[in-house]
Amino acid sequence: MPIQQIFEGKINNMQIIDKDGNVDELLDPKLPKDLLLKMYIYMVLTRTFDQKCMNLQRQGRVLTYAPSLGQEAAQIGSVATLEDKDWIFPSYREHATYLWRGIEMSQLMTYWIGSELGMKIPEGKNNFLVSIPIASQALHAVGAAWAAKLRGDKVVTIGYFGDGATSEGEFHEAMNFAGVYQAPCVLFCQNNQWAISTARKKQTATTSIAQKALAYGVKGIQVDGNDVLAVYKATKEAVDNARNGGGPTLIEAVTFRRGPHTTADDPTKYRKEDEVKYWEERDPIRRFTVYLKKANYLNDELEKKILDRSVEEVEKAILEAEATKMDNPEDMFNYAFGTMPVYLQEQKNELMEYLRSKKV
Amino acid sequence: MAKLNLVQAINTAFMQEMEKNDKIVVMGEDVGVDGGVFRVTEGLLAKFGPNRVFDTPLAESGILGTAIGMAVYGLRPIVEFQFEGFSFPAYDGVLNHLARIRNRSRGRYTCPVMIRSPYGGGVRALEHHSEAPETLYSHIPGLVVVIPSTPYDAKGLIASLMDGSDPSYFFEPKRLYRAFKQEVPEERYTVPIGKARMVREGKDVSIITYGAMVRVCEEAADSLMQKGINCEIIDLRTISPMDTDAIITTVKKTGRCVIVHEAPRSFGTAAEIIARINEKALMDLKAPVKRVTGYDVTTPLPKLEDFFFPDAGRVMKAVEETMSF
Repeated sequence: MPIQQIFEGKINNMQIIDKDGNVDELLDPKLPKDLLLKMYIYMVLTRTFDQKCMNLQRQGRVLTYAPSLGQEAAQIGSVATLEDKDWIFPSYREHATYLWRGIEMSQLMTYWIGSELGMKIPEGKNNFLVSIPIASQALHAVGAAWAAKLRGDKVVTIGYFGDGATSEGEFHEAMNFAGVYQAPCVLFCQNNQWAISTARKKQTATTSIAQKALAYGVKGIQVDGNDVLAVYKATKEAVDNARNGGGPTLIEAVTFRRGPHTTADDPTKYRKEDEVKYWEERDPIRRFTVYLKKANYLNDELEKKILDRSVEEVEKAILEAEATKMDNPEDMFNYAFGTMPVYLQEQKNELMEYLRSKKV
Repeated sequence: MAKLNLVQAINTAFMQEMEKNDKIVVMGEDVGVDGGVFRVTEGLLAKFGPNRVFDTPLAESGILGTAIGMAVYGLRPIVEFQFEGFSFPAYDGVLNHLARIRNRSRGRYTCPVMIRSPYGGGVRALEHHSEAPETLYSHIPGLVVVIPSTPYDAKGLIASLMDGSDPSYFFEPKRLYRAFKQEVPEERYTVPIGKARMVREGKDVSIITYGAMVRVCEEAADSLMQKGINCEIIDLRTISPMDTDAIITTVKKTGRCVIVHEAPRSFGTAAEIIARINEKALMDLKAPVKRVTGYDVTTPLPKLEDFFFPDAGRVMKAVEETMSF
């Protein structure tokens, strides 16, 4: 037969809780109440943190900030599937993942108010640094997973990135290396529809981002990224599969960046209010609230209590972050090399002498 | 003690280091089955197996990016880029991640990836195969840049890099790969990073150089000796962090200095050396410091490369001009 079909692929989309909070009973992973409430608490906490950082940026107390409003389910639903020994490789918008993985909120804020100390991740926490150059961290996640596999550790990594990142060469190289070496990782794309002002449809001609997995010998699935249960279920399956030697998965979580790209961006320039409204109706926290209330895990009183506590915690965190002793200027020099070269020591002395002379 | 050429010395170093430390892995294009296009990694796959030596997909930025993830996880990758001219797809990763991870995490994470490439001209190669891009890498804070000129130094410098926690780029002058052999101890030894080597002592003029140019300068110095000019030659070995003390000591001693490298002149290593001399030994100079370098043009194809790379004649001319200033 001169012409034969040599490949056929399909990609599924999964949703468990619809926009109004109705659950698909067959797909519901029926997670324990404690875990569900913890996920809810961290989603609310992240949103509270996010709103506070946006406000503080307007007051000049936080740097340019990348909000995660609307993406809480994608972030918490995925990170909640990991064990402590696993690793995360976030981008710059995954505030929820750091909070979930035990980074003190005050420390996270320390980074966003402008200090490297915010990324001095505590020992024993396998969280990699915020990665701002787009898509680079996908490769780091694959490399760490590959290393874990080589060492025989049952460790899984998640690399986070957005729809824009899938146009970068690094994304494709990460997918290719993950496929070739069957690295135990999850490449987690939050397709939030906009890369600053560039719409998802201008980023790629494909129907989905998830289908790109097939070209690399990687498993792929698309989920409703505003449905925390769908995100959890898909990621848990991918993580378990990776841990058991089944290789990598690309997950496309379809969500929406409700806020600006960063505080320096004005989204009204490039997108319509209708679109924002459409996604507000698909809010991840609201639909999860309905689900939890139907299950009798949450009531109005507890809901209010969780919100009040979040506000308290965020207020406390910013005060702590701002009270943190200013960085020592010497620190700029102290971590360039393992052993400080003489010329760098001289530059450090030059600065410190200058600072002393200013005080006189 | 065996007599080894540069290829054999580097290969021996990797054999020994990988034996000593099972966290060292070697990765790159054609480094496994083929042993690298210059055979530098020959035998590593056979000895250490496919969990330590990887023939990777053809993607420099992918190789480096995954190596960074590996290093953060706790391994020590040795990454080969097949030629220096093909390192640039990964430049973003070197500049934006590799070299700054220690600083960005305030010491929480280190990233001891050793990158290595055949380097420089003189082997009649195609375009992009004869470049000297050390300045582009030496300008990056936190990255160690090493260019050995002898088999002995190459082995000892690799041992030092494997003992340290800094990321590094190790450039291997390809015209020296099989140019000569040297006694290289079988046992492990280290040559310190950031320390220059006194190639020969002299009293009239200091020639500061590195890599394949060391031999060119030695040839020039031999001829100059016939004319009664006694040259001191310093081989930097490490371009960054640079050994300022060695530079200042020799300049204070002779009062005259010629700097020789094959990389283009402007903003190059020689410019940095001159700046350091200005800061610390200006009043000791008896003549302006001269530069003998590649020109500020694209590295030419083989028909013209002999006119581009410094040769002994150009070095001699510069030394004589410096002496008669």
